[in-house]
Formats: sequence, C-alpha cells, structure tokens
Amino acid sequence: MAQQDISFSDTAVRGLPSVEQNSWALWGTVLFLAVAIALPFFLRSFVVFQLTLAMIYAIAIIGLVLLTGINGQFSLGHSAFFGIGAYTAAVLMDQFGVSFYWTLPVAGVVCFVFGFLFGLPALRLEGIYLALATFALAIAMPQILKSSLFEHWTGGVQGIVLIKPDAPFGLPISSDQWLYFLTLAIGLMLAVCAMNIVNSRTGRALIAIRDNPIAARAMGIDISLYKTLAFGVSALFTGIAGALSGVAIQFVAPDSFTFNLAIGLFVGLVVGGVQSIPAALFGGLFVLFVPNIAESVSKGLAGAVYGVILILVIYMMPSGAAGLARLVADKVLMKAHRKGPR
Amino acid sequence: MSRRKWLWTTLTLGAALTVTPALAQKKYDPGASDTEIKIGNTNPYSGPASAYGLIGKTIGAYFNKVNAEGGINGRKVNYISYDDAYSPPKAVEQARKLVESDEVLLIFQPLGTPSNTAIQKYMNAKKVPQLFVATGATKWGDYKHFPWTMGWQPTYQSEGRIYAQFLLKSHPNSKVAILYQNDDYGKDYVKGLKDGLGDKAKSMIVAEAPYETSDPTVDSQIINLKASGADVFFNVTTPKFASQAIKKAAEIGWKPLHLLNNVSQSVGSVLKPAGLENAKGIYSSYYLKDATDPQWKNDPGQKEWTAFMDKYFPDGDKTSSFTVYGYTVAQTLAQVLKQCGDNLTRENVMKQAASLDLDLGMLLPGIKIKTSATDFYPIEQMKMQQFDGERWVPVGDVMSGAVGG
Repeated sequence: MAQQDISFSDTAVRGLPSVEQNSWALWGTVLFLAVAIALPFFLRSFVVFQLTLAMIYAIAIIGLVLLTGINGQFSLGHSAFFGIGAYTAAVLMDQFGVSFYWTLPVAGVVCFVFGFLFGLPALRLEGIYLALATFALAIAMPQILKSSLFEHWTGGVQGIVLIKPDAPFGLPISSDQWLYFLTLAIGLMLAVCAMNIVNSRTGRALIAIRDNPIAARAMGIDISLYKTLAFGVSALFTGIAGALSGVAIQFVAPDSFTFNLAIGLFVGLVVGGVQSIPAALFGGLFVLFVPNIAESVSKGLAGAVYGVILILVIYMMPSGAAGLARLVADKVLMKAHRKGPR
Repeated sequence: MSRRKWLWTTLTLGAALTVTPALAQKKYDPGASDTEIKIGNTNPYSGPASAYGLIGKTIGAYFNKVNAEGGINGRKVNYISYDDAYSPPKAVEQARKLVESDEVLLIFQPLGTPSNTAIQKYMNAKKVPQLFVATGATKWGDYKHFPWTMGWQPTYQSEGRIYAQFLLKSHPNSKVAILYQNDDYGKDYVKGLKDGLGDKAKSMIVAEAPYETSDPTVDSQIINLKASGADVFFNVTTPKFASQAIKKAAEIGWKPLHLLNNVSQSVGSVLKPAGLENAKGIYSSYYLKDATDPQWKNDPGQKEWTAFMDKYFPDGDKTSSFTVYGYTVAQTLAQVLKQCGDNLTRENVMKQAASLDLDLGMLLPGIKIKTSATDFYPIEQMKMQQFDGERWVPVGDVMSGAVGG
C-alpha cells in the first residue's frame, strides 16, 4: 500500500531513501513556520494584509488542487463558491449578528452543499464541457447576487460593509496581524486535511478515477459519489477562503466575485503546480503580486506584461513551482547521495 | 531698566513670539514636504470598466502641466495612480498601499461606487481624505458620518430634482411615467424626482416600471407605460436600454415629453442607434461643456483645454467626455492644494475642500463648484438641454438640485 501512496508523485521519488526526503520536508516545514510566524512583526501592516490575502487565495487554490490535480475535473467557476462563502459569512454577521468565527464553518458547509449539488449535473460532463458549465456558473454569480430576489440579504449592488475582528484575549497585536495568524492557522489546518485526504483510501480512489475511470469502476469505486464529493470538498475549501476574504477586505460586493477571480485562481493553480498542496501558497502569492509587478513595469501595457510573465513562468516551470522545487531538491539530494558514504 | 522700558520689551517680545510661528511655521502630514505633494489615485486601467481609465490618465497629464508650470506654491505634485481593475478587493489593497506604503497626503478620484464603498470605512478610520470620488451615488456627501469623504459630480438625486423643477415650472399638470434600472443608480434618480416634485409626486407620477440589467429588452415596459396615459416619460436607463426605449416609444407612436438621464446622452452610442429622428426633442441635462460642440469653438475655457490636450495629452481622445471630466476635476484639486498654502495637513485639505467657490473653464457657463462645512456636494447645478436632431442645445437657465443636508 505504501508503494501506491507515493506512486503518483512519479519521477520525483526515483529510488531515494524516503527517510532522507522526510527529514528534508520536516526541516522545510519548520523553517517555513518560523518565517511565517516572524514575518508580521517585521513588515508594514499593509504588506501583512497582502500576505493574508495571498494565503486566502492559496486556501481556495488547495480546493482546486483537490478537484483538478487529484480528481481530474476542471472548474472555471470557483469564483462562485468563493463568493457564496464570502456572502454567507457577510449575511450571517450583518443580518444575524453571528460572530465571525462561527461563520467560517457555516460558509464551508454551505459551499459543500452547493458544490455537491453542482457536482451532480456536472457528472455527465467531461473535460472542456465541464469547464464550460462551471464557466457559466462564474458568469452568473455576480448577477444572481445583484438580483432583487436576494437583495434583502445581499444588499444588491451596494454590497455589505463588514467589521474586522480585533485580536482576542487582549493580545498585543493589530487586527491585521491577528487576521494573518488566524488565516495561517486555518490554512495550515486545511492543508493538512487536504494532504490526509490525498493519502487516504479516498484520495487513492480520486486519483484512480482521474487516471483511469474504467479501471477504477472495475475496482468497485463508486465514481459518481466520489466525483460529486470531490466537487463538494473543493467548494468547501474555496468557501472558507471566501469567508476569510470578506472579512479581510471588510466588504463584499457582487463585483468582487467576477469571472476574473475564477481565472486568477485557475492561473494560481497551474503556476503553483496542479498536484501539489504546499505549492498552492506559491499560486496565491502569484495571483496577488504578479499583477502589481506587471503594473509597475508599465501601466498602459500591464495586461500584456502580465501575459509575458505568465508565459515565461509556464515555459520555465512547465509543472509549476512544485515541479521546479522537486527538480532542484532531486538534484541536490542526488549529489549529496553520490558523495556521501552508502 | 525702567519700568516702562521693561514693559515695552515684554510686549514686543510677546508679540514677536506670537506672530513669528504663524508666519514661518509650515505644517505637513505624511505625503507633503517643502518640495513635493504626494497624491494617490485608483482607476480601472484593466478589466471590464477600463474605458474609465482615461480619466485617471487625463488627471496625470494635468499634473504634468501643473509641474511644468512650477507646481503648486512651489511644490511638485507627485501623482501615483494604481490599477484596481474595478474590483473592490483590489481597490482596498491599492488604497492601503497608497496610504501605508507610498504615504500619500490624500486619495483623489477613486472610481466606481463599489470600490469607493469598499475603502470608505478604512479612509475615515485612518483620517486620510478620500476626495472628489468618481461616482454619482448620493451617499458621498455624508459629512456627519464620513467627514473624510467628498463627492464631486452632480449626484443622480440632484439630477432627478432638476427634472422635477423643470416639470413643475413648465408642465405642472403633466402625468409622468418612469422607466428605471432596478438598482441604486435607478432608485436614486426616482427618489430625486419624487423629492423634487414634493406633494405633487403622488398625483403626477402615474406609472413606474423597473427593469433588470439581465432583461433582454424593455419593450414590454414601454408598452405598459404608454398604456398608463402619461404625457411625460422619465427615462432612467443605461445606454443600451436607453436606445431600445427611444426606438420602441417611436415605433408604437408614443410621443410624450421625453426626459433622458445624462448617463445615456451620448449621441454616437445611444441616439444614433435609436434613430436621430426618433430622438429629436428629447430633454436631458449636463454640467460640462461638450468638447465636440461647435458653439464652444472660440470659448476661452475650451481653448485652454484644447491647448492642454495638444501639449500634455496628445494621445487622449478629444471627443470623449472623460478627458473633459478628468481635466476639470484635476483643476478642482489643484485649487484645493493652492488654498492650503503651507498648511498641508489632511485636516486642512478637507477644510479647504469644504470651502470652495469656483468657476472652471469647462463647466457650462453659470455652473459653479461650491462647498461648505455642511455641503459636501461640489456640483449641484445643471442645465437643461434639448436634442435638435443633430446635437444637444442648451435651454433655459442653470438649475440647482441641491440635496438638502
């Protein structure tokens, strides 16, 4: 069984002792955590805010990794789930006075239900057809949010203005820093959950469906159930990210959840590495910062510069940041291995 | 020292002490110094509303002109404009970058109702001016709750009130039918008209028909409005629907007095598709000069604007109202900064912005920019105009649509 666990990460493993790899991963995680915890105390509060947003996008991208990278289904409609999550949190806080912290699980559950239900008809669609169906969802969402049917709750085009929570227990940190740590904690928790899903029986079933649906069915996997579940879980991750973003921005409006956001998340997914959960963080950083970099190069041609950067990145890292990292790690380890005593 | 001499010395010394600081002391908040005034801006340079980005670029060109001519009170204006792609989250991020990283003195002309709503609370908490926002919503003049936010252009409600005055004056016994977009923009207009009509609103308005932006046409609404027997049609629609409404009304032979909101008064993109002969006689209102209108050919204000466009913004579209808008709003800010003198604190910026009384070159003659500590609506006057089959012709006097406050 253990063999099967790692088999999907194919080329990377190439007969290296897994203990060595594990210890590298462990040290990497420790280093990442130390830096991540220290950062907010050294940076300006608006950079802390930007990093919080990047982590929020990363959480949404983890949802896409599960759906696309692991299960092989496409979605160009995750902005819709992001929006549903944000609005669930906003309406609960604004209309019913629910504490922000309770809105997060609720947003997750609501999005799971929506994702699961959307997954049902999506079952009949494959590849580009599914992409098109989810695209429709992304296009429809801002208009649905504006519609007079829900205006009573959603505030229509006006949106809803929210209040950012202060740090609890009188902690001596700003609300920006508190939201950063909260997002970091939730993000880590969700990333660990996602990794456990991938490494479980369920994860193997999802991968089997991606790689060969007929063989998967022959092995007794209920394909429809797992596919809809994948959609639901993916929407759950994205919904929680949406709820966090609503509070971080302190405002939700239909125009925040347009098709551009869906494309942004998709770009983040591909740039990070479709199958890697940790690389979602790189995807999140890319989504947030690269448009800013492009703009600082040339305001008039920001879109074109963004395009060039994107093409270069895809060209140089065809399997995303995760692929590049794996390649580098591989080379270093191989070298160390050859030199060191056997 | 004699008693008298001692007294004199004390008096002069005292006087000197009280006078000198007032003369020499310069007061600065972040973003201002002896040599520079930093102002921030967000505009949609990319995304669905990127056509508006022209306004941000015109403002940049105007401050290039100001700097080339020596700056404001000897200080250069450093205009930092970021793209928000018309997305509220991006607007918040960029506004925070402007305030916390670039440390601008103020944010000027952020564009769009959603983006401005998103940053309003933050700007007011930080006490950084959110000055002359580019939206027609009515909520930007709420000086009691948001003393750091101020609008600029006439609000939709102001315009609605102006149509009400026009009706009360020249057609007091008419029956009004309203077509409006079912959102804040449409409802603001309707509220303005109703408030303006006052007690007579109930008896004069005989039909109201909302439409959704998702509706394919407004044909059925027009038929219903005609059936109400109204002889005045108040048309509160965005360009595509305005065209449809004008055309449909002509098709079914409904010829009411037609009031068209100025959002859709473009001849090229609204009236032409609807048929110029169908649009003949329609009324609307405006506050800026139309640069393509031959009547302003020898107007000094227009000449100055043309010279500016030729020298500092040769790529800019001279037929677009956005370049006229950007130029005029930038002039307004330049005046505020000039009035601030050497006291470039955020508080003084708001104080000076709230004490304007300005005539500007590209405003229609008679229209003024006026503010006070209790009036955060700079432009509240407009002029009625009528379409003669080719262009808009001003009619009547300047009217005021002040929204009480």
